[in-house]
Amino acid sequence: MNLTKRTFGKLAAATAFASMLASSVAAFEPNKPIDFVIMAGAGGGADQIARFLQSVAEKKDLTTRPLVPNNKGGGSGAEALIALNNASDKDHTILVTLNSFFTTPLRQENLGIDIQTFTPVAMMGVDPFVLWVHKDSGITTFEQWLDEVKKGDYIMGGTGKGQEDSLVITYLEQNFDLKIKYIPYSGGGAVAKDLAGKQIMATVNNPSETKGFYQNGDVVPLLAFSDERMPAFPDVPTIKEKGKDFSYYNQRAVVGAPGMSDDAAKYYQDLFKTIYETEEWQAYMESESLSPLWMDPEQQKAYWKTQVENHKKLLAEMGE
Amino acid sequence: MEILGLLTDGIFVSLQPINIMLILVGVTLGLFIGAMPGLGSVNGVAILLPITFLVPPGSAIIFLAAIYYGAMYGGAISSITLGIPGASTAVATTFDGRPLALKGRASLALVTAAVASFIGGSVANVLFTIFAPLLAKVALIFGPPEIFALMLLAFATFVGLGGDDLPKTILSICLGLVFAAVGFDEISGAPRLVFFDISGFLHGINFLVLAIGVYGIGEMIWTIESTRGEITTTEAKMSVKGIVSDAKEGMRRGWKGTAIGSFLGFFVGILPAAGATPGSLMSYGVSKMISKNPKEFGQGHPGGVAAPEAANNSASTGAMLPMLTLGIPGSPTTAILLGGMVIWGLTPGPRLFTDQPEFVWGLIGSFYISNVFALIVNLSFIPLFIWMLRMPFTVLAPLIFILSVVGGYAATQDMHDVWLMLIFGFGAYFLRKLDYPLAPAVLAIVLGPIAEPTLRQSLLLSSGDATIFLTRPIAGPITVIAIILILLPAFKMLKDRMKGPKSNPAG
Repeated sequence: MNLTKRTFGKLAAATAFASMLASSVAAFEPNKPIDFVIMAGAGGGADQIARFLQSVAEKKDLTTRPLVPNNKGGGSGAEALIALNNASDKDHTILVTLNSFFTTPLRQENLGIDIQTFTPVAMMGVDPFVLWVHKDSGITTFEQWLDEVKKGDYIMGGTGKGQEDSLVITYLEQNFDLKIKYIPYSGGGAVAKDLAGKQIMATVNNPSETKGFYQNGDVVPLLAFSDERMPAFPDVPTIKEKGKDFSYYNQRAVVGAPGMSDDAAKYYQDLFKTIYETEEWQAYMESESLSPLWMDPEQQKAYWKTQVENHKKLLAEMGE
Repeated sequence: MEILGLLTDGIFVSLQPINIMLILVGVTLGLFIGAMPGLGSVNGVAILLPITFLVPPGSAIIFLAAIYYGAMYGGAISSITLGIPGASTAVATTFDGRPLALKGRASLALVTAAVASFIGGSVANVLFTIFAPLLAKVALIFGPPEIFALMLLAFATFVGLGGDDLPKTILSICLGLVFAAVGFDEISGAPRLVFFDISGFLHGINFLVLAIGVYGIGEMIWTIESTRGEITTTEAKMSVKGIVSDAKEGMRRGWKGTAIGSFLGFFVGILPAAGATPGSLMSYGVSKMISKNPKEFGQGHPGGVAAPEAANNSASTGAMLPMLTLGIPGSPTTAILLGGMVIWGLTPGPRLFTDQPEFVWGLIGSFYISNVFALIVNLSFIPLFIWMLRMPFTVLAPLIFILSVVGGYAATQDMHDVWLMLIFGFGAYFLRKLDYPLAPAVLAIVLGPIAEPTLRQSLLLSSGDATIFLTRPIAGPITVIAIILILLPAFKMLKDRMKGPKSNPAG
């Protein structure tokens, strides 16, 4: 174990070195601090990931100028999208996104944001959603859960309306013929806490948000919204096994400002590929149950298209 | 007694030379970061987070915790000497700290703040050490209705004070609530009150922007007008003897505030939604309420400095509790610390105490050491800050202006907020001319963003039935006390009217 880890570390260091060499001959080098915009407030899941990325870049000395985190969580990410759209220095402005990258421009059309104009940089991984209940509920399978919800008066919590959690829960309601009372919270941490405190009956937290409570045995996973069973929860069935063609992930991606020069785009793409391949990031993905989903820039653009279509449909089902 | 052994081990861990050095550097850095308006512990911890990759995780968090601690002490300094809140947690300290400085008693205010901070921190450390796992359960019991009831209580302490003009107090609260509502509606997930589609309003009105506007700019204009700039705020010379006698006086007159701040601050701090800022404001309100001379508060009462300062230190330790035991940050700063722990490969949560005892107890031990160091460092810098105040106000005023502008910008790094801060400054000046109390508006913009979502979440939980606040075992009593406090001034008025004819039958 130790040996493989070390070999891997060496490998990662070698790639890092190689790409450093590569980037030293590249046409673009940042000549001032990089504005590293985060589409969420300080302390949330997206913020944690951004700061982790920054820390890896810092630790391995991957950038000539630092990445400076800049939290712009206002308006469900609208503030961050506007900041990127109007960036004065397009070659030094990048954004860490989550799914509000897709939903916010759809829900707030007056912003005039077209995400297809943004510059793809890197897909660092996707965060699957999982259905959780408190252990005291005695529920251990998805079927039992369905029976319980159908008794009525069922209360679930999640992030704000129109955001990821509410989309997943609306999908459950409509496709399993359920009626659920939805309580919106400011962030995933607060949701996880109120499930552990039994203020609400179930959640669809990302595993990283409720990790501590899961390890302590307070909460029980029932169903994963991933395409395949998650390595961290091998006994938890996926929604596909329950006969629905559905999966839902929060994207953890980096994008560049619209109109970024090709050289700068190439620089950031190489930089985040290097970070992606580090031992640190791979270990982080494993411990926080992120799924790898590496894509090249073309694939990312295509992915954005399908995600926008999917979210349009989900939002329409919600009546948004 | 097992705890005592673990704690001793923890203290020994933080007494290792590298850790001692980190604590000393961290506390000093924190003190200055906290004293810089606009920069608070959040910024300090976030900026210095990457540095911690050079040392082992245990030492890294000790360093960050020392910064956090130092910033809590430092926030009071600019609140008292310049009247600009150094950090959001020290806004309540300006209420009485600034008047004391204007009376030439800056040293009394600074020493009281330092001693109260030390006591608040110490009480919190002991509570943390003994009750940590138990208190984590309390934080879980507090759902939306309980938190809303607590917020109601906080508002009640400001309404029910009786000292200020009641309608004006209520109007001031409403103004603060409107500002708090600007930006984004968490529940419906939609933007709201984005005036003229200016994107700067999307992130809402930052509380520090209002506080610096009101207390930095507004106060400055007021002082220039009332004194024509011909004052020097203090002439006092500092000596060790002076510090001792100030400490004695501060504690004699401020011991109640210190006690309230220490316990209330800790309790509010452990609730994940709250944190040190609401904790310090509530402690101020309660201290004023139970004081024999509530009218002295706001005029320069040491109790008005001691309460928020004891509370913000106590709350900052308290806020560590849900972070460590539940993995849920109790304040923005602990949110960053939490991110740091994840980066170092530690999982905060119910299992941290059993899985990583050396880490946890090393950290707790460092609280004790940091607290002592912060007191010493702080006291030794007081003469420097006093010296600053010996400048004539004509020199000090431009300095205050510059620091306010920098502070307004630093909070969000957006020029929009600097303009907003200036507008608030002028607005505050006029409101003050009309004798409106402004502290309630500041309280409202802090508590509004906590009170509103919890109110709506509670009503969603109960399908619109407001009795949820009365029927839950913990929310119920808190709500009842809050309502009584709100109605108290009305009862008093009624009583005075009933008495009126009796004592003066001819009239």
